[in-house]
Amino acid sequence: MKLITAIIKPFKLDEVRGAVSDVGVRGLTVTEVRGFGRQRGHTEIYRGAEYVVEFVPKTKIEIAVDDGLVDLVIEAIMRSAKTGKVGDGKIFVFDLEQVVRIRTGERDSSAI
Amino acid sequence: MKKLPMLAFLTVLTLSVPAAWGDSAPTAPILIGADKISAGDTAWMLTSTALVLMMSIPGLALFYGGMVRKKNVLATLMQTFAIVCVVTILWWLIGYSWAFTPGSKFLGGFSRALFGGMTFMHDPVNQLSVSHLALTIPETVYAMFQLTFAVITPALIAGAFADRMKFSAMLVFMAAWSLLVYVPIAHMVWEPSGWLSRAGVLDYAGGTVVHINAGMAGLASCIVLGKRLGYGRERMPPHNLTLTLIGASLLWVGWFGFNAGSAGAADGRAGMAMLVTQMATAAAALSWMFAEWFAKGKPSVLGIASGAVAGLVAITPASGYVGPTPAVAIGLAAGVICFFAATSLKHVLGYDDSLDAFGVHGIGGMVGALLTGVFFSKEISGVDNSIMTQFLIQLQGVAVTVIYGFAVSYLILKIIDMTIGLRVTEEQEREGLDITLHGESIE
Repeated sequence: MKLITAIIKPFKLDEVRGAVSDVGVRGLTVTEVRGFGRQRGHTEIYRGAEYVVEFVPKTKIEIAVDDGLVDLVIEAIMRSAKTGKVGDGKIFVFDLEQVVRIRTGERDSSAI
Repeated sequence: MKKLPMLAFLTVLTLSVPAAWGDSAPTAPILIGADKISAGDTAWMLTSTALVLMMSIPGLALFYGGMVRKKNVLATLMQTFAIVCVVTILWWLIGYSWAFTPGSKFLGGFSRALFGGMTFMHDPVNQLSVSHLALTIPETVYAMFQLTFAVITPALIAGAFADRMKFSAMLVFMAAWSLLVYVPIAHMVWEPSGWLSRAGVLDYAGGTVVHINAGMAGLASCIVLGKRLGYGRERMPPHNLTLTLIGASLLWVGWFGFNAGSAGAADGRAGMAMLVTQMATAAAALSWMFAEWFAKGKPSVLGIASGAVAGLVAITPASGYVGPTPAVAIGLAAGVICFFAATSLKHVLGYDDSLDAFGVHGIGGMVGALLTGVFFSKEISGVDNSIMTQFLIQLQGVAVTVIYGFAVSYLILKIIDMTIGLRVTEEQEREGLDITLHGESIE
């Protein structure tokens, strides 16, 4: 099992949700985050006082999947989150040791 | 039937008062018959009074509240609200009397302390008091109208010291400032026995009394207090410019009461004042916006709102004296000059006028007061001086207000600083005034 974490542009969330659902993902977690990468921040000016906003608002999604689904999900995210401009985000994949469904106590693949 | 002789006597008394004016108008508040009151004038002045109070709460409170950081929003709103209450009480106590009754060249008398003598008597007496400055409306309305001016002026100062003054110190400062700075300047400029009034200074609705005065007090307070912690290093962007734009819009609408209400009547001059107010405000909003667009690359919401307020400030002293075309010129000048003051002058000179009380009200007031001496129309104002003569008189009015306003404000602030302390602690400032001073927050 893997945990796929992706940082995407906030307005791409709905498209990404649709795309991963289509390849069989049945649940994901969303967090509003801020950060920086190659896309630098922007400058705001208030009555002549300039502030550089270094951390750009992004959306983080986390999806737990079986090994067999990993590549499909990565492709689905890439396809749906891509604009081709700097700042489209990144995908991180981690090994996942255990999954437990709290209500039933089911474990691992059957709990995903 | 017993009442008849008394009634007859009072009727004679009532009628004799206006007749006694003769060629010389009254120089102090007097009693007149209720039938001498103009319903039209009174209706407009009641309306204007409500409009000007709306400028302070919620107008100015929102305008400033949107510009501060989230941790200081409630404290900023609270300042305006509390100032409204404190100055109202002071106005009743002695403020109105010192400002608007005859007395010395510098201060009025005590005759209207606690609003004494300000009265309305029902039938059969059917008399009421009027101010010698507005003979067709009840004195109650005149005193209330002027109260709203006395209230907003100290509230304007709060923009300069946002985020760092103790609430207790602020209350003391505002009370002292109201009686020691606002009231004397209002008397000097607006009451006929005041020396600047006698000198011929033209200030229709408060360029010197309200705006330069508040601006100089703002400059004094940000100099005495020092900069906000982290000023110039940390981000201090406005937390919600929607509030600021709503506040600026309420100020704009309310300002028709401020300027057109300063006619004291529902007449041609009030109409002209309203028209020129609109012209100057639009012109200034555009000139600030374009100046910013050109100099900084983008036309900003804060910029156009600030420009509108700068225009409102600058047309204030001129509003009863100029026509619409000069009003556009005054607005254009005010927008660019205040833009420069708020975005460059402040940084060059290094004071932290947090929300630009001095940059907009002080500088805008000076632009307006001086240009009134250039653009006043003989037909509208009835003033027959040459431009050079009037300009020099205006310069005198500006200089007196600048010097008196700054010096006395500075003195009051220093005394408060040495006694109860002016500034919040570093921890309080870091954490924010909402939670540390008021025990509340917006989250």
